[in-house]
Amino acid sequence: MKILGFIIQKEFIQIIRNRALLPMMTLLPIIQLIILSNAASNEVKNVNLVIVEKDYSESSRLLIRKINANDRISIVKTTFNSKDAFDHLQANKADIVLEIPSDFEKDYRRGEQPKLQMLVNAINGQQSTVGSGYLKNIISSFNLELIEEVAPLTSGSQLTISSRNWYNPEINYPHFMAPGILAELTALLTIVLSAMNVVREREIGTIEQINVTPIKKWQFIVGKLVPFLCIGMVLLTVGLIASKLIFDIPIRGNIGLIFFYAIFNLIAVLGLGLLISNFADTQQQAIFVAFFFVIIFVLMCGLFTPIDSMPKWAQKLTIPNPLAHFISVSRKVLMKGSGFWDIRWEFIYTIILAVVFNTLAIWSYRKRI
Amino acid sequence: MHSETIIQVNGLTKRFGDFTAVNEITFKVDKGEIFGFLGANGAGKTTAIKMLIGLSKPTKGSGKVAGFDIEKQAEHVKKNIGYMSQKFSLYDDLTPKENIRFYGGIYGLSRNEIKTKTKEILEELDLKSVANKTVVSLPLGWKQRLAFAISMVHDPDIVFLDEPTGGVDPKVRREFWETIYQASEKGRTVFVTTHYMDEAEYCDRVSIMVAGKIEALDTPNNLKQQFNATSMDEVFLKLAR
Repeated sequence: MKILGFIIQKEFIQIIRNRALLPMMTLLPIIQLIILSNAASNEVKNVNLVIVEKDYSESSRLLIRKINANDRISIVKTTFNSKDAFDHLQANKADIVLEIPSDFEKDYRRGEQPKLQMLVNAINGQQSTVGSGYLKNIISSFNLELIEEVAPLTSGSQLTISSRNWYNPEINYPHFMAPGILAELTALLTIVLSAMNVVREREIGTIEQINVTPIKKWQFIVGKLVPFLCIGMVLLTVGLIASKLIFDIPIRGNIGLIFFYAIFNLIAVLGLGLLISNFADTQQQAIFVAFFFVIIFVLMCGLFTPIDSMPKWAQKLTIPNPLAHFISVSRKVLMKGSGFWDIRWEFIYTIILAVVFNTLAIWSYRKRI
Repeated sequence: MHSETIIQVNGLTKRFGDFTAVNEITFKVDKGEIFGFLGANGAGKTTAIKMLIGLSKPTKGSGKVAGFDIEKQAEHVKKNIGYMSQKFSLYDDLTPKENIRFYGGIYGLSRNEIKTKTKEILEELDLKSVANKTVVSLPLGWKQRLAFAISMVHDPDIVFLDEPTGGVDPKVRREFWETIYQASEKGRTVFVTTHYMDEAEYCDRVSIMVAGKIEALDTPNNLKQQFNATSMDEVFLKLAR
């Protein structure tokens, strides 16, 4: 135990003397939080629409006015020429082309169900599904109004669905992103720092000196782990305060639960970092391998794409991804106010990961070649 | 004269794939000796030393250092030896004091022992004025002497030095050898590898490795007679050829 104390003390002195580390721990997370929470948005705020108007009737004009009133859809052009509209689509100037056929009003009055055509530029899936969703909503409400107008007597029994958004009523995007990004930042920075650490000692040659001392392997690994765990906790605290101050994120659950969970999560992530460090000969190698994991972790952690919409096998792959659990926990606790029982599986998986990664790290650390 | 054997090696061999770095070397070192371990670059000195200090597993052969088997009791060997490598083992971003504390700490010294050791080392090396400056700012010669002192922070029976005087001027080298003599006078065994043949003359006994084998082993004077040479330089050149 005493020996461990000396290692931790030395690591802390080195961390504090490292001039690059302090800004990395404070400024970096805040900057990333601000930029990513606002910018990395899946929200579709502007859909460019070209309308091919072939009817020129009262009804078609009413529909266009209704569409125009929506602030998320901007009508780039209204034309009677289909070719012109397709050119806009081809040139990426339009996301959606809506064609109103001639005789639209006439057919409608006759009760013949006229067909509106919607051509969607589906290169950007998100933009196209959400955009066409907006448009469909407008058209169906337009439809309802028309029905009422045409047949006010038959519309007595209408089924209406009303929905409310729980946990994030205004669908505030930063509220959803910030807790996730916070978890991501904490985990990523610590994995990179720890992955570089042991290799750095190997590069300078000090590790050889340590290997000729009777130090135990677990002492060495734990001695490396504890200081980075502290850095991770500092990062998390800085990030939480920043998100509260800047985005006013809701903190509905017990904040202590997040910190308690974060300890296990960081131990898991750091174990992986140290494991990488053991196998790398240079800091460059370590960084590349760490990035390989980081990219997979980030893309499959549920931050940018929901895990529920991944194929089954990919969903299984998120189980050994500590980041996915961290994000899930921070969203659940912060936004939903979940308690320990609600996040027990995250706890269980994370503890298993922590044990596995760290055992491997200790086992693979070779004092002797 | 010397009675107690502190290093004993029998047929020690290390192979990396097809390449035999160290080929069945056998020798003995007595307690209190300054033992020079000579050889050209790539002759296998560093590999041999790494097997002795428990950093590398021998492919074949056996050895005992400070009474412990180098294969099975490597961790016990480590408690009783000091080691200073060609690369610097000091932490550049720590001060001399912190370096001493760290290495003393991981060798299991108590806080009090570390305190007295620190004082002793700083006084002996006249490093008091820079005790709280980071090591990176020290001249190379000071760093080497500090590294040497730190390798003996836990009072080991034997200290292994792997080319300790690389890259410094003759005056600093001379000073460094004075500290080696001081350590030897305290009864410590010094096992040193070097390229400098004038340094070989300072050793009690010298072995010369050529292509993984020990080709000669005796006192510098006997070697000179044996090879009909006037200096160790000549002995070395005759053997290396």
